[in-house]
Parts: sequence; structure tokens; C-alpha cells
Amino acid sequence: MLAPGGGGHLSSAEVLFEVEHVTRRYRLPRTRLLGPRRELVAVDDVSFTLRRGETLGVVGESGSGKTTLMKMLLRLERPDAGRISYYGASLTREVQVIFQDPSSALDPRMRVADIILEPVRVMRLPGDRRQRVYELLDAVGLPPDSAHRYAHEFSGGQRQRIAIARALAPRPQMLIGDEPVSALDVSVRAQILNLLEDLRVGFDLTLVLVSHDLSVVRHMCDRVLVMSRGSVVEEGPTREIFSAPRHAYTRLLLDSIPTLKNRRAASA
Amino acid sequence: MRRLPPALVAGAFLVGLVVLVALVSLVWTPHDPDHVIVPDRFRGVGGGEYLLGTDQFGRDELSRLMAGARNTLLVGMVTVVIAIAAGVPVGALAAFYRGPLEEVAMRASDVLLAFPAILLAMLFAAVFRPGTLTAMAAIGIAFVPVFARVVRGAGLQVMQMDYVTAARTFGSRGWWIVARHLLPNVGSVLIVQATIAFAVAILAEAALSYLGLGTPPPTASWGRMLSDSQSYLYQSPLLALWPGMAIAFSVLGFNLLGDGLRDLLDPKLVERLPAQG
Amino acid sequence: MAESLLVEDLRVLVGAVEAVRGVSFELGAGSRTGLIGESGSGKTLTALALMGLLPDGLRAAGRVLYGGRDLLTLPDDELCALRGDRLAMVFQEPMSALNPVMRIGDQVAEPLMLHRRLGRRVALAEATRALMRVRIRDPEEKMRAYPHQLSGGQRQRAMIAMAMACAPAVLVADEPTTALDVTVQAGILRLLDELVEAEGTTLLLITHDLAVVASSCDRVLVMYGGKIVESGTVGQVFDRPRHPYTRALLDAIPPVDEDLPDRHLRAIPGSVPGLGRFPPGCPFRNRCPNADGKCAEMPPLAVLGDHSLACWHPVEAGI
Repeated sequence: MLAPGGGGHLSSAEVLFEVEHVTRRYRLPRTRLLGPRRELVAVDDVSFTLRRGETLGVVGESGSGKTTLMKMLLRLERPDAGRISYYGASLTREVQVIFQDPSSALDPRMRVADIILEPVRVMRLPGDRRQRVYELLDAVGLPPDSAHRYAHEFSGGQRQRIAIARALAPRPQMLIGDEPVSALDVSVRAQILNLLEDLRVGFDLTLVLVSHDLSVVRHMCDRVLVMSRGSVVEEGPTREIFSAPRHAYTRLLLDSIPTLKNRRAASA
Repeated sequence: MRRLPPALVAGAFLVGLVVLVALVSLVWTPHDPDHVIVPDRFRGVGGGEYLLGTDQFGRDELSRLMAGARNTLLVGMVTVVIAIAAGVPVGALAAFYRGPLEEVAMRASDVLLAFPAILLAMLFAAVFRPGTLTAMAAIGIAFVPVFARVVRGAGLQVMQMDYVTAARTFGSRGWWIVARHLLPNVGSVLIVQATIAFAVAILAEAALSYLGLGTPPPTASWGRMLSDSQSYLYQSPLLALWPGMAIAFSVLGFNLLGDGLRDLLDPKLVERLPAQG
Repeated sequence: MAESLLVEDLRVLVGAVEAVRGVSFELGAGSRTGLIGESGSGKTLTALALMGLLPDGLRAAGRVLYGGRDLLTLPDDELCALRGDRLAMVFQEPMSALNPVMRIGDQVAEPLMLHRRLGRRVALAEATRALMRVRIRDPEEKMRAYPHQLSGGQRQRAMIAMAMACAPAVLVADEPTTALDVTVQAGILRLLDELVEAEGTTLLLITHDLAVVASSCDRVLVMYGGKIVESGTVGQVFDRPRHPYTRALLDAIPPVDEDLPDRHLRAIPGSVPGLGRFPPGCPFRNRCPNADGKCAEMPPLAVLGDHSLACWHPVEAGI
């Protein structure tokens, strides 16, 4: 269900991902010894296309299937039905991910330089690696001497910068952010969002933001997929979805967000 | 500087003492520990040139204790090395591959775990020849499931971390993840487990030697010395005391060291500081 | 039963580090106050200190006056008699705040048996009513359930039922909705609002989410680095912030209901220093655009009627 109008220039752009009727089921453990095996349909017949240069928000609550969908895009999981086509050259190199919790995303036993270079080493990419570390540190706004330190010596926001530097190391075309600012202090979230935006423009990246935070998605994304219980219930340009949501669930979601402007009736 | 846990300091001191004594015994002991001088049997403490007296064959007790330390450390080291060499790969592979491999490895380790080390050693002694090597191999093999379990448990936690997922997204193969992420991050649990296994190995070897299934005479071994002294308890009760104390203190030392290392290396202790918010 | 709770110069020591550095505020009877802070602000420790629930090894100094008594010096048995009865608390993670091996019904009935001295049967009947008040579906069935059999939202409702069972005068809610989905959060906030309204409870709502405070509180306390840097009514603090930190925080949040001209936010430079690493003097001065040499000294709390702030160089009123 593509919303009409909106993003006219995008529709002519090159398709990067084509997701067609993708379904992913999980087998649940039996609750009783001889009981029936139950299944959980995490992603249920989802289809969409992602075009180069686009910023797509995937919004949904826990259990909506947004994380499973992300894992399938990254080929960490295989769909049980349907097809995901990637039209770039090498998905492994060109699509990188940033996780929610930067402390879990960085190996505590590795120095920052080794963390950042890990993808380069695994993929055996050519180039001066030392120089690449300093370039990347500079790109994410960290001082050069960070290279020799360990991740735990940094604050949450700085750790997320390290994770972003690692994601940029293989010169990707596309970044997937899985709740990239949710675990950060409110006063550092804006820095990371600004950084992602600068990198997106600077490196001409396609960005997919998976988030439960609608304000972040509204701020960053051109287009939004709203997911609920494994299905995409609404899809369209951000502005339209936020100003005129058509699906009941989208409306519920939007009405649920507390805002600074909606005050308690009693407090004038 | 962070304050070191007291258990670590005390444990390191005792272990250090045992290691020092063992090292010194390599180059110097007051007397030849195996030299029999029958006329000098059962000298008391401070009996002439013998500081801690002599045993039933007139051998210098202090020299034998020192040489025994060497034997003890050797046994501890070899068993722990055997256990790590076999247990760590099994545990790491089980954590990494999950599925049927993990099931088989873990059930096998359950079976092995059900055998007491002593029983296994007696079995080995019956099949092969009783001796230090047999004892070490038996104790080492008995420890394999312990290490496999510890590494698997810690490894499963590591496998859940996002840095492992990230490594997968850029196409890392299994051995890379195991070598670069899994093993370094289970290192601290491994060190703690090794220290505690060391203590158990010392005790097990002493018990085997006491039963006559461990280190054969005339090599000095604390367990053997303890067992020999039994027959002369009325003549020379102190002969039982020295090796007993040596065993007790070194086991205590390694246990304290293990506890102390756990306190020092456990990152959860740092997290236990009140969560700020 | 309406009595205000007065906190005077509260300090909490974590080892040698002062994590809460002299905090004073009043919770007027029946008022709803939001306490805003990031990590390291000391907001949770402040809450735990006034409940007398600080973990071992942490010490509190200052005074917490309630009903003419100082809760910090109250003997344990008297404090226990107050806690769960007059003072109650709701935690962020109900899974760890509820006992996993005890049925929900027994847990909700516990404060009633303890403080109201009700018999088990009466207390359980009362607990069922408490679960109905928090609008848990099938309360009879949920009474017999264990915490893991409930969803996150239902657990938080059970937790609230437990806290509200004895109709406390003061309810402290520490990030009660942070672990929940947005739609569930909305329900929990609505419920808290109704209960507090109906019982005339004094509410202290602790959160990092400014919008949650705006939608459910009358007054706001803004904490940073163990200090209250600004306080006032929701209107004063959110519409006319005077402290550079409050102002910067409001600017840094992407608004959900309006479009920005471009995708750049006015970010606050630097990061929140860890515990004990805040600069001496004004804790925000190493990140503040207005800071100068004077800020090395802690600014006093200037009181402008209802609105107070601790800053040498406040931002001009008005947006």
C-alpha cells in the first residue's frame, strides 16, 4: 500500500532493496511436554522497496517485527517465505549496522583502532589502515588519541561514535540504525542525530532507522513504515503519516506520544 | 589505584611462597631429599642439623617438603593444562555452534562430571601403571567438563553481544569470532576457574598419593609423606603435621587467589555500584 | 492526611563522592512534581534517600521532613511503618521489583496485611479490588498469576496497585514507563493520573523524558550533576526556561509535532561526566555556552517567586 504522491523524485531513483512478501516464523518451545508446538509469526508478508539515497524510518513497538526485519535485510536471518533482493555489489561491505547499546556493540577487550578496523580486516580491504583509523575518528568527531584506548574509557555518546566509525570503515552505501540513540543521555542524542545526518549527506548514504521513538523518525526520515504485529500497517512520506495517519494503529501510536505542548488540564 | 581484594593479597602471598620454595628446591635443599641415613631416623624438630627433623628413613623432612612443593606445582600445572587444552575448545565450540554439537558435548560432560576424579584415577591406575603421570592425566580429564561448562556459559553470554552480531554482518567466519571475541572475553572466568582447579588438583593428587596411586616412592610428595607418617604417629606425630599443613596452606592459597581474582576481574562488581539516574 | 514533604539540603555520599550535592525542595500536599535528570544527575538517589531505601554503603545527610519528623533520622521500625503505608514507590523495572516466586495477589495483599493488619482473606479480597482499580483485565485470574506470566504493562499496573494499596500520601515513581512501549506508557500515565487525582496523592515523578513531565505534572525540578539547577511550574520551566541547561535540553529534542527547517538540532556539546567527574562550581559549566570564570563558584539558588534557578548567567526569559 504505497501512499500516492510524495517523494516523486525518489521513485525514479535506483532501487537498492526490494522486499517481496517476506515472512519469518519462529518455533516457540512447547509449554507442555506433549502440547502442540506453537509458532510465532514475527514478520508477516511484508513488502517494500528501498531506493538509493532515501532515509527510511521503521517504526513499531516491541514485538512488531522491526528487529527481525532488520536482521533479514542484513542476512543474519533467512525469510521462511518471500524474497529480499539487494541490487548493490556486495551487501556485506555496503550495508552496515549501528546498534542500540554501544557498550554491548564494542568488544571490551579490543582497542578502538582494532574495533574500527575489524570489518576492514575481516573483508581484507586494501588501503593504509593506520591512516583509515584517523580519517574515521575525525569523521565521527573523536580525537586521534582515541585509537589506542579501550571502549570503556568513553562515555555512551562517544562509544556510539566509535560504533559509527566502525560501520563507516568498509565505505558502505547504506547504514541501518537499530535504535541508535535510545540508550543515550537526552543531552547527547542530538549530537549523534546531527552526526548521522552529516555523514548521510557527506558520504551519500542510504539510511534506515529502526526506532520506537517517533520524534527521532519524524526528524530524520523521508519515508516511514509503521509496523504492528509483524505487518506493515501503513507506509508513506513522513509528513503525511504524521499529519494525516490513516491506519487506526498509527493514530493510536501518535496519540500516545507525550509532547511538551500537551499539558495536564489542571496546569495552566 | 583500586584497592586489591584482601583475599587476592593473602592468596598471592601463600601461592608465591609455595612457588618460591619449589624454585629454591631446584637448586638448593638443606639435604638431599631422597638420601637415606638410617641412623638418623626419627630425629625431632631441631634435631642437630635437621630443622624439622627426619622421617622413618632418616631423610630430612624440610628438604622433602621443599621437593614436594615442586611435585605439587607440577601436578597442578599439568592437570590444569590438560583440562584447559581439552575443555576450552569443547566449551567454545558448544557456545558458538549450539544445536546438536552443544547437546552432545554437554551430555558427555555430564557423564564425565558424574565420575569423581579419584574414581577415574583408580580406574586409570588399574588399567595403566599407577604413577604421577597417570594421576595427572586422570585428574586433568576429570576437570575437562568443568572447563567446558564454564567456557560455554561465559561464551553464550558473549555470543549474545552486539559486537558478535556486528562481526557477523561484516562476514566474519566462525574461527575469527571465536578467536577475536569469544576467547578473550571468557579469559577472566578461565583464570579464576584455573586457579580453583589448581587447588582441587593438589588435593586430589595428595589423596591419590595417600592411597598409593599417585606419585611413587621415593619421589617426595606431600600426600605420600602424609600417608607414610601414619604408621609412626606415636613415635613422631609432627611428621604428619608438616605435609598436612603444606597441603592445607597451598590449597587455601590457590582458593583465596581464585576468589580474589574473581572479585578483581568480575565486571559485574563495577556495575553493582548504584545505577545512577 | 494531606501533609507536605520537605527536603532540606539533602546530600548522598557514594564512598567519598557526593552524588547528590545539597538538594532542597518541597512537595506540597497533593501536588505533582516531575524530577528531570540524565544519568549521573542524582535523581534516583534522591528518590531512594527520601524513601530511606539507599543501598548499603551509601549515606544520606540533610533533612527529609514529613509529618513533623525527619525521615533520615527515623528509627528503622518507624520508617518501615511509614513506607508502603504513607510513602510508596514504583520502580522502573517491575520484573525485578516484584518477587518472581510469589503470586501477584499475595504481593499486592502484603502491604495491606502489614500496615492495615488485615487478615489474609480480607487482604486478598482487598487486593483484587486494588487490581480492578488499576484496570488489569481478569483481576481474579491475575491474582493467581506469577510476575513472569504478565506483560510488562500489566506488571507495572500490579506494581502500582501494590504501591497504592494503602492509599499512600506520597507516591514516588522512578521512571515508571521507561521500559514500556509508547502505547502502554500512555495507559500507565493515564492510570497514575487518575489514581493520584482520586486519592489526592502527592506525586514525585522521576524521569529523563521532559514530555512525560509536561503531560502529567504541575511542577518541575531539573537536576544536573547532583544539583537542582532550575525549578518552577511546568509553564515557567518549559515555556520560559532560564537555566542554560534546561534551555539547551529543550532545544536538543526533536519535536514530534512540528517540522524543523533542516535536519540539524541544536546539540549540547560534550557528554554527561561520570559520577564524581562533574566540574566543581556549576556542574554544567564545561558544556555551557554562557560559562565564564565566575562559574567556578557554585551559583546560589535565586528565587523569583515560584521559579528558582542556580545560574550566574541565566538565559533571557522568552523564546
